[in-house]
Amino acid sequence: MTEADFDYLCTFVRARSGLALTPEKRYLLESRLQPLARTRGFETLAALVRALQAGGNGELEQAVVEAMTTNETFFFRDKTPFETLRNDIMPRLLEARAGSRSLRIWCAAASTGQEPYSLAMMLDQMGERLAGWRVEILGTDISTQALERARAGLYSQFEVQRGLPIQLLVRYFTQVGDQWQIAPQLRERVIFRPFNLLHDFSPLGTFDVVFCRNVLLYFDMALKADILARLGRQIAPDGCLFLGAAETVIGLGDEVEMHPTLRGVYVPRRRGATRAA
Amino acid sequence: MKHCLVVDDSAVIRKVARRILEALAFEVSEAEDGAQALDRCRLSMPEAVLLDWNMPVMDGYEFLKALRQLPGGDRPKVIFCTTENDVAHIAKALQAGADEYIMKPFDKDIVEAKFQEVGLV
Repeated sequence: MTEADFDYLCTFVRARSGLALTPEKRYLLESRLQPLARTRGFETLAALVRALQAGGNGELEQAVVEAMTTNETFFFRDKTPFETLRNDIMPRLLEARAGSRSLRIWCAAASTGQEPYSLAMMLDQMGERLAGWRVEILGTDISTQALERARAGLYSQFEVQRGLPIQLLVRYFTQVGDQWQIAPQLRERVIFRPFNLLHDFSPLGTFDVVFCRNVLLYFDMALKADILARLGRQIAPDGCLFLGAAETVIGLGDEVEMHPTLRGVYVPRRRGATRAA
Repeated sequence: MKHCLVVDDSAVIRKVARRILEALAFEVSEAEDGAQALDRCRLSMPEAVLLDWNMPVMDGYEFLKALRQLPGGDRPKVIFCTTENDVAHIAKALQAGADEYIMKPFDKDIVEAKFQEVGLV
């Protein structure tokens, strides 16, 4: 691949998804796009680049972006955020929303669905405490292929063995051939829709809890700060944001700040408040 | 160092499991069937048992029921590791006192995840 084609693809992917590809990611770009070029009938990666440059092929453009996204996820990933949500955040939110009996949760990089379904299982296990409540779980992702899998709720034997306690597998899944499908009542609890984090969040409304884990790490500093600022405006004043274990808000603006006591939890900065020294 | 007893009639599986568990800082011993495993548990109760289902002499299910009757036999975390990959077998194992269940084939990530699940990693 020529430097010019590499630069073009980097700019293209970044403009459409925000993914920042540095020169050392050249191998990644080639290994992801070579197979796509072949299946689309292009003899070389350069031919695929020419097709993108010619424009007018939205489906190919989306396929290129999807090929570059990372869909790594598993049930109850990192465990702690789910325990923190159940033990520390939910009791407070249930009290604060006792009047409306309504909660909204957004998984901003839902991938193939394991994160929102983990939340749905966790909420289902809260049983009576949520009886009569309307809890909306929205799962969005840029990858329509990943979302198709998420909607189907079908997982391989390997996928259901990563992070999912066996008791929950028995309780919430049925075997379909050599795969496992999550129960219809949990599938109904999660709404999946394609969404690009570069776009305006305001049509999505306000959320009480946002999971945006292990996605900002693929973006450059300016975009991370921009997304955090916009996320901060979509979270209820007493709501919260969960980031990935290796992610931080330090040096990324001041719309959200670390929760004073809960690790990995971030809260919108109070409007008009000043940062503590 | 925590002790895990690997019970499987396949020497290959025992070798693979040993390698994974030793990397997770377990001391590993082996048994080829349920009866041999029960003898080892009578001598020294391990913290964990990684247990195949189908074995000669005594299968994993019979071993588990017998283990749970031994003095101190309620302590080891028992993780089935088997090709019996259907809900009926999983439910039966849980009812008999299994703590977790690995469906073969498995890899290092799955073993690590399951041992984390039972609080041993």
